[in-house]
Amino acid sequence: MSDITKQSLTELVENIKNKKLSSTDVTKAFIQRSEKSSELNAYITDDFTSALDKAKKFDQKPNLDLKLPGIPMAVKDLFCTKNVKTTAGSKILNNFVPTYESTVTENIWHEGAILLGKLNCDEFAMGSSNETSHFGNVQNPIDKNLVPGGSSGGSASAVAGQLTPITIGTDTGGSIRQPASFTGIVGLKPTYGSCSRYGIVAFASSLDQAGPMAQNVKDCALLQEVISTYDSKDSTSINFKRNHYSKELTKNIKGKKIGIPKEYRVDGMPKEIEDLWQKGIQYAKDCGAETIDISLPHTSYALPTYYIVAPAEASSNLARYDGVKYGYRAKGENLIDMYEKTRSEGFGAEVQRRIMIGTYVLSSGYYDAYYLKAQKVRKLIKNDFDEAYKRVDAILTPSTPSSAFKIGEKTNDPVSMYLNDIFTVPVNLAGLPGISIPAGHDTKGYPLGLQIIGKAFDEQNILNIAFAMEEKINFKNKITDWWIK
Amino acid sequence: MNKKNTEYLINRKDNQYEVVIGLEVHAQVLSESKLFSSSSTKFGAEPNTQVSLVDAAFPGMLPVINEFCIKQAIKTGIGLNAKINKRSVFDRKNYFYADLPQGYQISQFKDPIVGEGKVILDMPNGQKEVGIERLHLEQDAGKSIHDLDPQNTFVDLNRSGVALMEIVSKPDLRSPDEVNAYIKKLRSIMRYLGTCDGNMQEGSLRADVNVSVRPKGSKEFGTRCEIKNVNSIKFMQMAIEYEANRQVDLIEEGKTIDQETRLFDTKKNETRSMRSKEDAHDYRYFPDPDLLPLEVSEKFIKELKNDIPELPDDKKKRFIEEFELSPYDANILVSDIDTSKYFEEVVAKMGKNKDIKLAVNWITGELFAVLNSKGLEISQSPVSAKNFAILINLIKNGTISGKIAKTVFELMIDGDKDPQKIVEEKGLKQQSDPKALEVLIDKIINENREKAIEYKQGKEKLFGFFVGQAMKASGGKANPQLINEILKKKL
Repeated sequence: MSDITKQSLTELVENIKNKKLSSTDVTKAFIQRSEKSSELNAYITDDFTSALDKAKKFDQKPNLDLKLPGIPMAVKDLFCTKNVKTTAGSKILNNFVPTYESTVTENIWHEGAILLGKLNCDEFAMGSSNETSHFGNVQNPIDKNLVPGGSSGGSASAVAGQLTPITIGTDTGGSIRQPASFTGIVGLKPTYGSCSRYGIVAFASSLDQAGPMAQNVKDCALLQEVISTYDSKDSTSINFKRNHYSKELTKNIKGKKIGIPKEYRVDGMPKEIEDLWQKGIQYAKDCGAETIDISLPHTSYALPTYYIVAPAEASSNLARYDGVKYGYRAKGENLIDMYEKTRSEGFGAEVQRRIMIGTYVLSSGYYDAYYLKAQKVRKLIKNDFDEAYKRVDAILTPSTPSSAFKIGEKTNDPVSMYLNDIFTVPVNLAGLPGISIPAGHDTKGYPLGLQIIGKAFDEQNILNIAFAMEEKINFKNKITDWWIK
Repeated sequence: MNKKNTEYLINRKDNQYEVVIGLEVHAQVLSESKLFSSSSTKFGAEPNTQVSLVDAAFPGMLPVINEFCIKQAIKTGIGLNAKINKRSVFDRKNYFYADLPQGYQISQFKDPIVGEGKVILDMPNGQKEVGIERLHLEQDAGKSIHDLDPQNTFVDLNRSGVALMEIVSKPDLRSPDEVNAYIKKLRSIMRYLGTCDGNMQEGSLRADVNVSVRPKGSKEFGTRCEIKNVNSIKFMQMAIEYEANRQVDLIEEGKTIDQETRLFDTKKNETRSMRSKEDAHDYRYFPDPDLLPLEVSEKFIKELKNDIPELPDDKKKRFIEEFELSPYDANILVSDIDTSKYFEEVVAKMGKNKDIKLAVNWITGELFAVLNSKGLEISQSPVSAKNFAILINLIKNGTISGKIAKTVFELMIDGDKDPQKIVEEKGLKQQSDPKALEVLIDKIINENREKAIEYKQGKEKLFGFFVGQAMKASGGKANPQLINEILKKKL
């Protein structure tokens, strides 16, 4: 049974549909491997008992027309799941059990999938290494004491370590693509408005998007097809014609014009990243695409802009965690004292830092200089992409400026940590889709990813490019199962 | 204080001060459900029974605009002769309080749904125009209850998320009387439109009152104080009077007025400092990223415009022209939509040969008195407009006298009885047969020969005596006009 967990989602779906495997077989296999993988600390909450019950129930009356028939799946602990604890990686929600289900997870269960458990993440998705989680570090299956990236670190680790066949993360500034890159898997951040935000613990509302994380592009396309729906419960959800991403997936990208933005050649970027990028350009050409040098002039302003907009929204979004209605409450002398103690004890250092930054940039006298200016720059960044897309169909960049780093290496240097998102952040600011695919290894043998950025609502196109390049790259993740007990 | 004058001024030694008032009225939108959720807005429910996950700000919950509330706000804007903004933005007003679950109130800051407008007040000395600065939509907060338990505060979130319209006036008001007229006019307009029930006891209408004073004739504004959340017109007037005098006293003592937020203590009849300008909250307004800017089309606005009923100002004009009412009477009848409806129904039911002036007098006299004494709204009137119209016609055509009509009216109140039937059953019909009355009068003159002679000799006062005797003899049913005529002839 050990090879079950090595199978891709597509294979598992096929085997269940062909009745070569039952949902119970598959669910058991992933539960067993998950149980042996506690060292990765990928789970915050498991729901194994209930998962097995659901699998058995599925097998009694299997509906094989579903897209995810009886497929077990763990999800990032930022998605509210009915009757299953949802913490957002924070002490302040340590005891929070939603009575409702997020639209994205609802869509997944609706297609027959089964919840395995809730995956670790940075606290309120604020972090790039999964080190801000109240529930501890997550180990990267690639190597001991290596971060899996963040904020969807538990999700990335669980897919790379084969604890779940596939998963969903959320991406506000790179939280799907960066950990995907660090763990050698595929991660897609859809167009803003493609996936409903209803029931996802909010970090920065104008940037947050849920998206699939998978072992390969095809699996990724299938899950995107399931989770992307128009939802009237989210006012920013967009009603556009969605493709059958997995069915329409093609490796034929002949004649596609792919832009190479010169501004992504940042100072101090390791040579191996530059080399990877060059290889990527060659792969794209080998697939029949044409590469064109382009300019995205405001790229260097993206990170500072992001670190104004995102904390500003977060400072307001996180005001509801006040100890009054649910979640952690500290004892206080009076209301103000209770607020202060609850929030000082309930939030970790990084979350508090961002709340303070956000409060500052929105405060009277600073609003115009920071928040308003950042909004204007955001517009310019979006205009850069609009301009570029007059000439090209997609844009190719590295996913991150480096490979995964050691646990503790950057925890005392927030700016160096923030720089991790330098290639991913502009995509969120512009509301565009972006996919990271594993494309090679650095000298230490750690995976490196390439990012393909698309036009708004053009997920099919970047999935196709990724699908074609994936074949040429022929990436093999070096997983030794070092953590298995 | 000088109240006889039309101007409201505060007098001190040699100085006279003018009071400048601006109001921020919070009017609850008449809507079944809340501004951003589908919870009920019904008043008086058990605490925390009308609260959705959105209202209680559960993680991942998102606001969705209630289109009906948008329509209500736009209609109100049209009623205030205001500019409707095709693009408006919902902002977050951030502050912490136990009854504010989100930690922010969704409101409109820079781009409200309704811009500048105006309302006309009918004051004893003529009309007064009051400028409207803006109208914006916002969520109400919940309610903190501090007096149920010595240790704890209880929170009721039933109101949390209920839609409010904040209507901000320009600082155009100059007296408590104008404030009274302004609030009543706003309420009247909104009730005509069906956009706010204006019920102040239930908190559907309340106001923050901005007050400043300045020497009479001065063009500059004084430093203002804001009196928060006053929920009756009487309290607003009392608060203004107290606050204006407090400010004048400070100036007279050579002191300065601090810009601050104050509370009105209804028991002590005074305003008290709540927080100074320095302590003012920094609300960190910014556009709510969960909501896209609200855009409404010209067509949408036009359709709402077509839906607007005749409003009090137009109705008043029509009443004056169509029914030849005095402006005073017209004003009374249009100030409340239900009164105007009742009046128009009476007019319609009276038919061709109608006495509108008589009907108006009876509505504003007898009917209002009965409603007042019973504490009823005109919509709950115990006498239907139909029967009321019959009664007026009975007076008009001489079937009964005005005096008898009062008796009939009292009998009508119990069960909305048909006055015609009452008159018949009780035999209250006026005696208008001249022959019968002549017999009756002959008899009285015969019985009072001496008095008749005295009258003829010039004691004219005695005429009244004979009228009284005749009425008495007829049981009050004799037609007084005929009695007069016959007596004059016979004596």
